[in-house]
Amino acid sequence: MIPAAFDYVAPRSLPEATAELVKHGEEAKVLAGGHSLIPLMRLRLSTPSFLVDIGRIRDLSYIKEVDGYVAFGPLTTHHEIEFSDVVKRKLPMLASAAHQIGDPQVRNRGTIGGAAAHADPNGDYPSCLLALDATFVAVSPRGNRTIAAKDFFVDTFTSALEPDEILQEVRVPVVEGSVGTYLKFSRRSQDWAIVAVGVQLHLKGHNVDRVAVALTAMGSTPLRATAVEQALLGKAGHEEEIRAASEKAADGTSPPQDLNASPDYRRHLATVLTRRALEQVTGHH
Amino acid sequence: MAVSQLIGASIKRREDPQLITGSGSFVEDMPQTAVAHLYVVRSTQAHARILGIETSRAREASGVLAIWTGKDLQPEFQAPLPVTVSFVAEKKYPSMYPIATDRVRYVGEPIAVVVATSRSAAEDAAERLDIRYQSLPVVLDIERALAADSPVLHDEIGSNISYDVKRSAGDIEAAFREAEVRISQRLVQQRLIPVAVEGRGVLAEYKPFANSLTVWSSTQIPHFVKVWLGVILGIPEGKVRVVAQDVGGGFGSKIRVYPEEVLVALASRRLGRPVKWTEDRNENMKATHHGRSQIWDVEIAARRDGTVLGVRATQYLDLGAYCSQFGTFMAIALLIAQGPYKLKAFDGRGVGVFTNRTPTDAYRGAGRPEATYLIERVMDLVAHEVGLDPVEVRRKNFVPAAEQPFANLFGLTYDSGDYNLTLDKALTMVDYPAFRREQAEARKRGKYLGIGFSTYLEICGLGPSAATTPATGIGLWGMSVVNLHFTGKATVIIGSSPHGQGHETTFAQIVGDALGLPLEDIEVVHGDTAIGPMGMNTYGSRSASVDGAAVHLSAVKVREKARKIAAHLLEAAEADVVYESGKAFVKGAPSKSLTIQEITGAAFQPHRLPPGMEGGMEATTFFDPPNFVWPFGAHVALVEVDGETGATRVVRYVAVDDCGTRLNPMVVEGQVHGGIAQGIGQALYEEAVYDEEGQLKTGTLVDYMVPCAPDLPSFETAATITPSPSNPLGVKGIGEAGTIASTPAVINAIVDALQPFGVKDIDMPATPEKVWRLMHQNGGTTR
Repeated sequence: MIPAAFDYVAPRSLPEATAELVKHGEEAKVLAGGHSLIPLMRLRLSTPSFLVDIGRIRDLSYIKEVDGYVAFGPLTTHHEIEFSDVVKRKLPMLASAAHQIGDPQVRNRGTIGGAAAHADPNGDYPSCLLALDATFVAVSPRGNRTIAAKDFFVDTFTSALEPDEILQEVRVPVVEGSVGTYLKFSRRSQDWAIVAVGVQLHLKGHNVDRVAVALTAMGSTPLRATAVEQALLGKAGHEEEIRAASEKAADGTSPPQDLNASPDYRRHLATVLTRRALEQVTGHH
Repeated sequence: MAVSQLIGASIKRREDPQLITGSGSFVEDMPQTAVAHLYVVRSTQAHARILGIETSRAREASGVLAIWTGKDLQPEFQAPLPVTVSFVAEKKYPSMYPIATDRVRYVGEPIAVVVATSRSAAEDAAERLDIRYQSLPVVLDIERALAADSPVLHDEIGSNISYDVKRSAGDIEAAFREAEVRISQRLVQQRLIPVAVEGRGVLAEYKPFANSLTVWSSTQIPHFVKVWLGVILGIPEGKVRVVAQDVGGGFGSKIRVYPEEVLVALASRRLGRPVKWTEDRNENMKATHHGRSQIWDVEIAARRDGTVLGVRATQYLDLGAYCSQFGTFMAIALLIAQGPYKLKAFDGRGVGVFTNRTPTDAYRGAGRPEATYLIERVMDLVAHEVGLDPVEVRRKNFVPAAEQPFANLFGLTYDSGDYNLTLDKALTMVDYPAFRREQAEARKRGKYLGIGFSTYLEICGLGPSAATTPATGIGLWGMSVVNLHFTGKATVIIGSSPHGQGHETTFAQIVGDALGLPLEDIEVVHGDTAIGPMGMNTYGSRSASVDGAAVHLSAVKVREKARKIAAHLLEAAEADVVYESGKAFVKGAPSKSLTIQEITGAAFQPHRLPPGMEGGMEATTFFDPPNFVWPFGAHVALVEVDGETGATRVVRYVAVDDCGTRLNPMVVEGQVHGGIAQGIGQALYEEAVYDEEGQLKTGTLVDYMVPCAPDLPSFETAATITPSPSNPLGVKGIGEAGTIASTPAVINAIVDALQPFGVKDIDMPATPEKVWRLMHQNGGTTR
């Protein structure tokens, strides 16, 4: 369990880092917290010949409130997000998800930028960022560009980032006064989700005017349960409405078969977890 | 005898400060200069012929010192790896050598070794080997392996059946004739991976002109490894030294002589320099033996009043690709499956089967968990069938305390025990009537609570020498040396080889009480074959009851010698001198006394000794116990099943164990805690899964689910104390009891919780999806 040989550089700025990526092309990988990449390298399932460690670049770890969204530096750890008052108040779904990633060691090292760029459909952040309509700022020697979440998660372990791009910031829009949670179903507390469902919802008067439902581990990419969201919009969020909407949680999904669960079971869990999450945030549980 | 002060005290383990601060001495910590690193190249195929291994490109890699294939090394092996009788003398098995030459039979089997200046250089070079296989059909399933048209692993045996034997006692036909209730049930013991925190590791240093070999190994059995390395490599036993210092857990997985121990020693001999191999977790999951992997077909004869008359059972034991050293030991289950109950007959059949998977061998409990699972599930199956409380069924079948010592159907004699004692205490702790009320209430609200019992009885404390010969091929006993230094400090050499059990503390407590020495004056040393007589190592919950007893007896011998010397020095009659709390004095005149330090000083000055007495203060004991020890207890699991998802949580766990005298209750409870966690692991989480090509799918700790602290409740432990008559300390083993007891307790609790759904059994591990499917098999309706 020793990685194959590789070269390593720890640049001090993003321009230096992207220049290294340009120089080494497909052979290079960006190293952030290392909690996805290093296990793969130790198993020699990933054998990059060049690592660009962005961990020494200053000012890539922050949580800022700007004009209607919360901006995250890519090196912001799960722990920082889990305990951020801003995130807890403004993005309750994301705070709840961060709290349930791995164990404290993982949360102290893993980063939001690394987790997003890894684009694991079983990861806890990607589905949340998708459902919350996050945008991703990518930087390269060619300049900056902004990618919407719906375009960012392309396929399993594949994001829209080009080989010369580094994720510079993650921006998540805020709907003031939202309630939210993330329910994760796993066999052991520290495991990957068998299925997880995030919900965040906002009431205008007595009716739901904004709702996001995130589905983790329900397909080859992170997903959102648009049918549930549609069914709830404009409703008061009564128990029967929640129940009916939750039945649609697995609509259009193709959940995987693995050692822990069959697709049928995952579909069932998605509906149960969606209902429970909605009941919890609306006080019906 | 002095009033016992140390035995029975919860003294913190003396070995812990170094272990928890990273100051331990594991194989990887051994200082070595010029050490070369060995990497084992392993088969990536479950069944194949090796057509060729092209090494030239790998030899050119930087840092490579040597690359050897099985064919290169085979001529140096003077014997195959050992296989013991292990309760099945009738078995057929192939010779297993440390490395394959022309055919591989499981993924992970060694096929070549690369020795290089660093581990990474060795791994890099290994990637450049060109290995050509011709795939052969694989067989991965016990029942498939038994079929007439199955691929055969070992041509010389002609089938995949190693043995098919009967182990029967009592009149089973009569039992079934008398039966009012007959129940058939298949019980599956899934394949488990032991997962010791420290993997294995071997460091070997061969000295050419001396022809001497020193091996540091992460093993439970340094004394056996010493014998067999000598035999296999043709080195006189006296020239071989094996050292097991700190060992990070074993659970049976380090109980055999392993291929790597031979390969690393051989590499050192060939290269003339120290060579080291450290197992990584990837290797550990498939190269270190697995456990359990059995199918049991059971038929029960019972009466409507809950009396269990007899059991017919066939144990299909998956040996894996070869027969490991103690590979058939688990057949002991057939001899002890009646547990603490009075059955009239047991009709057992054991079938050993080869499959293309990692060999199986002892795993915490080794045969007793399987036997206990069988009989504890039988008690619940009968209770459900006849509509009685599982507690009442157990009480009805218990061997009454008045009938102890009790000979079981196979003539094994239970040493002592009142099985109602632990059960009563456990029932009080859980408040059984209150739980049943709560359960009924909760069901009305769609919440499913369950309670499961396991009133286990197990056999451990190996010796006795004569009785263990059928188990091991050699008799087992305890060994100790107690040696006082000139200043009266003690060194205690023990024959067991701990790997987490706490002997450095508990065995010092024994000596401290016998000699009145403070703990800090007592050193316990172990695991080095160069420092004492042969020992019988650590496994099977044996250490306290045989080596601990031997320690006590050696200390008593030293005390007696001290008393004799004191009588001489005090010019008193020997009979008038008493020894108490580290001092000898004339009865009734304690002011005229000699301390053990003064007496020991005299022992090293022959002119001060009684005429004819030899100098020194040392005693050696080989303790051969008259019987095994039989710990017992009552474990109770309370579970809550999520009616919508099938997720099962153990909400309370109560364990009342009787292991006789407890040398150190804190150490006992630590053993019980770890054991329960491992047993719950089998019930709810763990399973080694292979794909259809024989690749291990659960090869990492992400996929192979060992439970962690947040997944378990706080265990509630208690004890009753029924001293064993089998040894002078009255102790019984406790190292495996938690694992033996807890698995059926949890499964019984889940089945109890699922009674409204008509569920009678569930296969392990009881995953959320399995539970969910059982709840919905009848359309999700409750009965």
